[in-house]
Amino acid sequence: MGRLIAGRMVRLVATLLLVTFVTFMATSLLPGDPVNALIPIEAQQDREFVEQVREEWGFNDPLLVRYGRWLGDAVRGDLGDSYVTGRPIIDEITPRLPVTGELMVVTVLLGILIGVPLGLVSGYREGSRADKAVSAVAQFGLSIPNFVLGLVLIYVFAIKLRWLPATGWTRISDSVTGNLKSVAMPAIALAVAEVAVYLRVLRSDIISTLKENYILSARAKGLKDRFILFRHALRPSSLTLTTLIGLNIAGLITGTIVIEQLFAIPGLGRRLFSAVFQRDYMMVQGLTVLLAAAYVIINATVDFIYIAIDPRIRRRA
Amino acid sequence: MADPTGLRSLQEDGQASALARSPAPFRVRVGRSLWNAFREMPWPTRACASWLVLIVTVAIFADWIPGLQDPNYQGFLFGKSKTLDPPSMEHWLGTDNVSRDILARVVHGARTSLIFAGGVLLCGLVFGGLLGSAAGFLRGRFEAVVMFYVDVSLAFPALVFFLFAITMLNTRGLGIMTVAVALLIIAPYTRIARANSLSVSDREFVTAARAIGTSRPRILVREIIPNVYPTLVAYSLIVAAVLVILEATLSFLGIGVPIPRASWGGDINMARRDIAINVWPMIPPILALVATILSVNVVSDWLRSNAASRSSAL
Amino acid sequence: MPAENASTPGTGPVAVSAGSPLLRVDDLHTSFHVAAGEVRAVRGVSLTLDRGRTLGIVGESGSGKTVLARSIMRLNIGGNVSTSGNVEFEGRDLLDLPLKAMKNLWGTELAMVFQDPMTSLNPVVRVGRQLTEHVRSNLGAGRGEARQMAIDLLREVRIPDAEARLRAFPHELSGGMRQRICIAIALACEPALLFADEPTTALDVTVQHQILNLLGREQRDREMAMILVTHDLGVVAGRTDDTIVMYAGKVVEQAPTRVLFTEMRHPYSEALLRSIPRIGQRSHTRLSAITGRPPDPIDIPPGCPFSPRCPYVQQKCREEPPPLVAAGDGAGGASHLSACWYPVGTDAGRDAFARNLADRLPQTVVVAEGSEFAESAAANAAAEATAANGSFEGGGA
Repeated sequence: MGRLIAGRMVRLVATLLLVTFVTFMATSLLPGDPVNALIPIEAQQDREFVEQVREEWGFNDPLLVRYGRWLGDAVRGDLGDSYVTGRPIIDEITPRLPVTGELMVVTVLLGILIGVPLGLVSGYREGSRADKAVSAVAQFGLSIPNFVLGLVLIYVFAIKLRWLPATGWTRISDSVTGNLKSVAMPAIALAVAEVAVYLRVLRSDIISTLKENYILSARAKGLKDRFILFRHALRPSSLTLTTLIGLNIAGLITGTIVIEQLFAIPGLGRRLFSAVFQRDYMMVQGLTVLLAAAYVIINATVDFIYIAIDPRIRRRA
Repeated sequence: MADPTGLRSLQEDGQASALARSPAPFRVRVGRSLWNAFREMPWPTRACASWLVLIVTVAIFADWIPGLQDPNYQGFLFGKSKTLDPPSMEHWLGTDNVSRDILARVVHGARTSLIFAGGVLLCGLVFGGLLGSAAGFLRGRFEAVVMFYVDVSLAFPALVFFLFAITMLNTRGLGIMTVAVALLIIAPYTRIARANSLSVSDREFVTAARAIGTSRPRILVREIIPNVYPTLVAYSLIVAAVLVILEATLSFLGIGVPIPRASWGGDINMARRDIAINVWPMIPPILALVATILSVNVVSDWLRSNAASRSSAL
Repeated sequence: MPAENASTPGTGPVAVSAGSPLLRVDDLHTSFHVAAGEVRAVRGVSLTLDRGRTLGIVGESGSGKTVLARSIMRLNIGGNVSTSGNVEFEGRDLLDLPLKAMKNLWGTELAMVFQDPMTSLNPVVRVGRQLTEHVRSNLGAGRGEARQMAIDLLREVRIPDAEARLRAFPHELSGGMRQRICIAIALACEPALLFADEPTTALDVTVQHQILNLLGREQRDREMAMILVTHDLGVVAGRTDDTIVMYAGKVVEQAPTRVLFTEMRHPYSEALLRSIPRIGQRSHTRLSAITGRPPDPIDIPPGCPFSPRCPYVQQKCREEPPPLVAAGDGAGGASHLSACWYPVGTDAGRDAFARNLADRLPQTVVVAEGSEFAESAAANAAAEATAANGSFEGGGA
C-alpha cells in the first residue's frame, strides 16, 4: 500500500507542477505585453519608463527563472500582487475562501443527505412507482442548469414570498440564521444536480450489487432484507459514491462560480469574475492555479480514501 | 444489464437463449432505419426526440422560416411594437425589454446552441478520437505526450479554464468559445479513445492483420478507428447535454456569445433585469433550454439502455 | 403460522411424524416471464427426500436444476417469476408460507451452498462477520459466542489457522478455501436440508474432490439431508442415495444412484454418462459430446424434449411426450422411473436404435462408434459407485 500511495503522490506533484507551469506560461506568452496592463495608456509611449517597470516586475528574466521564482513564491503563499488593486493576491483570497468552502461543503452534504436515501430506496425498489417518480425527478434535476434554478428560487422565495435575501452574504460569525438564509438558495441551486447524480449512480450501483451472488447467498443465510441492504449492498456501493463525489468537484467548482455570480456572493468565484472583467492577469492566474490545484488535490485525496476503504485495493499493493 | 432477477438465475443455469435470440446489433439498426428506433420509443422519449428534431430543424433553417422576424429588429424604435409586450398575433411569444420578437430570439438562440455544441463535439470526435486511437495503438513516446496533454487539461475545471483563456486571449465570441471548450473536451475523448484502442489492439483481428504484414497506419485506419468510434459517439450524447448547458451558462454570465447575438442563456440574463416587473420574457428561453437538455438526456439514456440490452454494439 | 414458527426456533427437526418425508415436492412448475415470452424452466417436477438422505439432481446447463433448487427454497426473486405446485417441508407447505415465515427458514432449516465461491462471499466484508452474522441474527447468539462458533466452524471445515482467518477478506483466500467457508456458513445454523448447487464446478479438479468429501462427511455427521445439484454424473456416483436426471425442466429418469448406473434407461442419462472420461478407458478413447443444444425454454417442442438429439428417436417421440413411469423389472423396482418410449437396454430401445442405424441418421453413426465403450463406461462408473458406496454409506444408513 505504501508503494501505491507513493506512486500517487509523485503523480500528484507532477500534475501540480504541470498545471502551474501551463498557467504561468499562458500569462507570459500573451500576445499583448502584460506591462501594458500596469501602465496607463498615456505612459506606454515612454520607453524608459516601460523598461523600468519591466525590470522592476522581473519581466526581463528568462522564462524558467521567472517560473521558478513565481513557484517559489507561490509555495510560500505569495501569488503576487493584483495588477488592479495592488494588494497581495493571497490577502484578497483568504477572506473569500471560507465563503466558497462553506457553499461547496453545504452543497455536497445536501447532495449526500438527500441523494443517498433516495438512491437506496429507488435501487432497492427498482421498477416501483416510487423508483420511477424518483428517476423522473432526477432526470429533470439534471436537465435544469443551476443558474436557471437559482433564478426560479430567487423569483419565488425572494421576490414573491420575500423569505430569503436575493443576493449577498451574511457571515456565520455575524449571524447564524442570517448565514443559513444566505446559503440556502445558492446551496439548493447547486445541490439539485448533485442529488440527481448521486442518486442515479447509487441506484444503478445498488441494482447491480443486489444481483450479485453474495447478496443471494446472504438471503439464503436468512439475513433480514434491511440488514442485507445496509451491510452488504451499500458498502461496496459507497466506494463508487466516494469517487463520484471527488470527480464531481470540478463541476461543483464551475457551478459555484456561476452561482456566486448570480447571488452576488463574495467568494472566490465572484472575485475571479471581476478579475476577468478588469483584465487583472495576476489575479486570474492566481485563482486559476489555486482552483486547479484544489481540484487536483481533492481528487487525489478521494483516491487515497478509496484506497483506504476498499480492502481489495488495500491488499493488492 | 437490466435483466429481471429471474432471468439472471436462469442464465447462471446456462439458459441464455432468451438473449441469444436478440435482434441485430443496434448500431446497424440505427443505420438502417432511425424511423424504426423512433417508433420503438415509449411516448415520452418519442416526444423528446421530436423536440430535438424540431429544434435542430428550426436552428438550421432559422433564416428562411417565413414570417419569422429578424431577432435583432427593435420595433419600438420605429413605433411598431412595444417593449415587454405579452404574446400577440404579431409576436407569438411577445417582445423582450428592447421590443425584439422573443420567438425569433428563441429560434436563433437554438442556432447558437447548435453551432457551439456541434462544433465542440466535432472537434472532440475528430481530434480526440484520432489522438486517442493513435496513442493507444502506437504507444511509446507519442502516447506519453498525448497523455501529458490529457492530464493537464483534465486538471482544470471547465469554467476556470475558460475564464483564464478569454482573459489571456482578450477576445470573446462564438468562435473562441467553441475553440476553447473544444480544447478541453478533446481530453476526455482522447482518454476514452485510448482506452478503447488499447483493448482493440489486443484483439485477434489486429494480431491477424499484423501477421499478414499490414502496415501500421493501415491497421490504425482499417481496424482500430472503426472499433473505437461507436463508444465515442455514445459518449457524445452525454456531452451534448453538458455543452448546451455550458453555452447557456457562459452566455448568461456575459462571457459567451456577445450581445446582441441571440442565445438562450444571454436572453435569460437580459430578462433577469426585469424579473421583478415582468417575468414573461424569461420564460420562453428557459423552457426551450430546459426542454432541449431534458430531451438530449432522455433520448441518450434510451439509446444507451436499448443498445446495451440488445447487444454491445455501442 | 406464527405459532408454528415459534415452536421451531431453528433447532432442527421436531414434531413431525417419523414416517413422513422431510421434503416432498409435487408437480412443481417455475416460469419466468420475459419480453420474449414465458421461460418454462421447471415443468412439473416431483420428488421426495427423507431425513438424513442425499439426492443428486443431474442435468446439463439449462436443464432447470438450479431453478428447481431455488424454487424449493423460494429464492427466485423478482416480479416475473411464477411458481406453482406443492412443496412440503417438515409438514409445512412452503409455497403457501408468507414470505416472512419463509425467510425464517432460510439459513436455519434450509441452507444453500452456491456454485461460485468467488462471487458468493461479499468482497468487502471480513470472513468472520460473514460466518456469524446470520448466527447472531437468526439464533440470537452474542458476539463472543458467535466468534467461538466461527472458529469451531472453520476448524470443522478444515481451515488451518482459523482465528487469523476470521479477519481475512474473501479475496485473500483460495477458491477451495472460500468454498469451505461457504459450506461453514451454510452449516452454521444446523439446517435440516442443505442444497449444494454445483458446489465444485468453479474449482480445480483436486479441490473438487476434497470439497465433495467434506460435504459428504458433514452430511453424515450432522444427519442432515442434502440435495446435490451437478452437471456431472461422476459427482453423484457414490455420493448420493438417489439421483434424478433432469432435461428441459422435467425429470427424465429417477432411481437409487446405484441402480441408475447399472440399469440406465433414458438415452439422455446414457449420453451424460458417455461424456465423462473414465479411468478404465484406453487413453485415446473418443469422448462423445451430445450433439445439438437443449431446447429453447420459451419454445419447447411437443413430444419428448430430448427427441431432436436422441439416437433412439422415433416418430412417436416427436409427437407424444413420454410419461415418467416405472422403468420395468430391474433391480430398482418401483423406485426406478424413466420417461422414454424406447428405453435404453430394452428390446424396444434396441429396435429403435437398429432402425435409426439402418436409416443412417447422422447422430446414430456417432453413437454406433461409441456405444460399445458406453457400456463399458457405465460398467466402470457402476463399479466405482459400488466401491464408493461401501465406504460412504457406512455412516449414513
